[in-house]
Amino acid sequence: MKIAVGIGTRAGGLLVVFVGVTFLIYLMVFGLPGDPIRALGGDRPLTDSVVATLRERYNLDAPLWQQYVDYLAGLLRGDFGIDFTGRSVGGQMAARWPVTIALALTAWAIELIVGLVLGVIAAIRAGTVVDKSILGVTIVASAVPVFVLGSTAQLVLGVRLGWFPVAGTAAGWPTAYLLPALVIAVFGLAAVSRLMRTSVLENINADYVRTARAKGLDEGKVIGVHVMRNSMIPAVTYLATDLGFLLGGTVIIEGIFNLPGVGNLLFQAIRSHEGPTVVGVSTALIVIFLITSLIVDGLHIALDPRIRR
Amino acid sequence: MTEPTPDALLRVAGLGVEFDVDGQRNVAVEDVSFEIGRNEVLALVGESGSGKSMTAMSLLGLLPRNATVTGSAMLDGQELIGLDPKGLREVRGSRVAMIFQDPLAALNPVLTIGFQIAEAVRLHDRRRDRAAVRARVIELLRLVEIADPETRLGQYPHQLSGGQCQRVVIAMALAGDPELLIADEPTTALDVTVQAEVLDVLRRMRGRLQSSILLITHDMGVVADLADRVAVMRRGVVVECDSAERLFAEPWNDYTRELLASVPRIGARLVVTERPSVPASARAITETADAATAPPREPAPVLDIDELVVEYRSRGRTVRAVDGVSLSVRRGEIVALVGESGSGKSTTGLASVGLAPVASGSIRISGRELKTAKGRELRELRQRVGVVFQNPTTSLNPRFSVRDAVAEPLRVHRRLRGRALDDAVDRLLDGVGLSGGWQERYPHELSGGQRQRVAIARAVALDPELLIADEPTSALDVSVQARVLDVFRELQERLGFACLFISHDLAVVDSLSDRIAVMQRGRIVEIGQREQVLSAPNHPYTRQLLDAAPVADPVAQRARREARVG
Repeated sequence: MKIAVGIGTRAGGLLVVFVGVTFLIYLMVFGLPGDPIRALGGDRPLTDSVVATLRERYNLDAPLWQQYVDYLAGLLRGDFGIDFTGRSVGGQMAARWPVTIALALTAWAIELIVGLVLGVIAAIRAGTVVDKSILGVTIVASAVPVFVLGSTAQLVLGVRLGWFPVAGTAAGWPTAYLLPALVIAVFGLAAVSRLMRTSVLENINADYVRTARAKGLDEGKVIGVHVMRNSMIPAVTYLATDLGFLLGGTVIIEGIFNLPGVGNLLFQAIRSHEGPTVVGVSTALIVIFLITSLIVDGLHIALDPRIRR
Repeated sequence: MTEPTPDALLRVAGLGVEFDVDGQRNVAVEDVSFEIGRNEVLALVGESGSGKSMTAMSLLGLLPRNATVTGSAMLDGQELIGLDPKGLREVRGSRVAMIFQDPLAALNPVLTIGFQIAEAVRLHDRRRDRAAVRARVIELLRLVEIADPETRLGQYPHQLSGGQCQRVVIAMALAGDPELLIADEPTTALDVTVQAEVLDVLRRMRGRLQSSILLITHDMGVVADLADRVAVMRRGVVVECDSAERLFAEPWNDYTRELLASVPRIGARLVVTERPSVPASARAITETADAATAPPREPAPVLDIDELVVEYRSRGRTVRAVDGVSLSVRRGEIVALVGESGSGKSTTGLASVGLAPVASGSIRISGRELKTAKGRELRELRQRVGVVFQNPTTSLNPRFSVRDAVAEPLRVHRRLRGRALDDAVDRLLDGVGLSGGWQERYPHELSGGQRQRVAIARAVALDPELLIADEPTSALDVSVQARVLDVFRELQERLGFACLFISHDLAVVDSLSDRIAVMQRGRIVEIGQREQVLSAPNHPYTRQLLDAAPVADPVAQRARREARVG
């Protein structure tokens, strides 16, 4: 019951954040100088009557706050509006979400499994060659810019060796997604493994771990049952936040591997001044971010009974 | 020292522990030999760093990987030293179990206590089904006298008190019916009344289960209460080993004698040194006043707390830590505030420096209200108050040298620089017995006692009118505590500050204070002259506190225990 109340208060806070942030984005896209309607005409100026009609259709003649309220009202009905070429923003996103979600979840799973395992191994073997090589490899890998890593992987593993498809989604999941997901996961994986290493090291000498050993538990249970759950909290926080990033921030990789995802859509929309699409995609990403942060809170409560008060 | 008994349960011979730290070998335990008979309690005593805990941990192979253990420890014919991991697991919990110093830390915070005990039960009897495991867990919780075990099962360690947590740890240790129970400072982290209860549990346990106990402690009172025989350790070597009665009555080793002499005892001061209850400076005022036959005018108290209420708010709940405390400390007077953890004594101390949220009531320092003071006035008032905290390791900045730490208040408030500052720092450090080469050292290069002396020098740097000392010796070994208390007493007599001395230890309070206030649940239940409170207490809680503190004398302690239990 108390947990429900706690989550409820947090959700209320998130609603405030949601309204504030979407308003800012709306303001930046439509309130700043530069007329999207005039830009539509390109070099040839549009006649005043056409401009007036377009303004009315896109609700641009109302005051900005009124536009925003109308937009929010549309959102509540699940309507993201239409872009300047008349296509539904919601429909465009719907076509692209599956690609982005498949890519993000694949990358996320790699981060989670490989990151946690490497972190725990590094901590148990702290100070040995194993630990130092894990540290070295993860530092180097996360220091390489993602587009360098992406194009190199594409060239070597895709083009030269032919182990993975070079680009596109034709091969379907998981084949088409493995290589780009691996490239995206490298950075997060390094972070997760190092967070986990530090956290396990902190806990492995804790009194309660000594108690667990003194009971006669074998080392697997000591680590698996007693150390892991206490050490997961920082890594879980990172992982959940990172899922939000992955769902929105894979523009470069979607570009390199030519994956028709949401990142790609946002990039094209910004380039062609498609205000409604930019606002629509950004809003969807914010909602995802807010939901993942709510999940982080929920996970904290599930993992650590001391917070449940 | 004692003749080898043919029927010893554990026979430790020539045990040594070495640590390899960055290629350097540090000897923690040099050469330890002792025996524990069946159904016997052997106390291994010594101060921190003497190697007593290392000895215990080495028996169960619980030392860190960089430790090397040599020598032998035979448990009923089986060698424990050098066992492989599998062999160790078979001994741990089922033949030798262990309980630890800090019960809250010794339990996993994210697992229920039921799960943690059940884990131990299942390990030692794999055939039990769910219901049988649960029944056994409940039985164990009953055994350690935990009320309402069915509810407790599903609770987490943070929902239990320290004493309850220690009972859970004991229950866990008993799950495998061990022949030997190693208790490493089992009551050090607990309040004295809780300590008495846990010691009773251990004593009854031993009577019922016929197991032996290796008791590791620095507290001679606990030794006197529980141990049959005592081995005294110093710097990795057992220096004396004898039956408890003989060791306390006629110790032959110099170190043992010193250790026993450092133990503060209630009532000891009446015999040893009678300190004038009002120091010279304050007495002078009274005498002149008498001589002039003026009406005897009480000097205004330095600290005057009236109906103080402190409340903490957290997650929408209000916790009343101090609930209507009135107290005054006059110049030159030491008033002790005693009570158990959570009684509000530390909060009262913090409020007196303006560091706790005061809900109502007033705190006056030399007649000026602290509660409403702001900005410059507050800074000025704080100059008149010095504070010494419990743990000098955390209350000294690790990046400040001894000199910097003591110089800081002088630099900030007195604006001293150069020569004048150096001289002032020299004088202060001289005053706490740290003259010469100590100035450039950093806290980690000092011992606990030395650190606390630095903290005291810093607290008196501005020649305060009031000193708040919050458990200043609780983190120290007894012999070190005795020296720090001497330094403290001497400074107080010389500087004549008023002092609010917060402590849980009645014996320490007895050696130092003029008046004593006893706190329980945020209120002062009794306040009076030291002799009156300690020898003829009015309030039942004060009597309970006095009875619960074990005295360092096995014969006297047995008599007290019998009187207490009924």
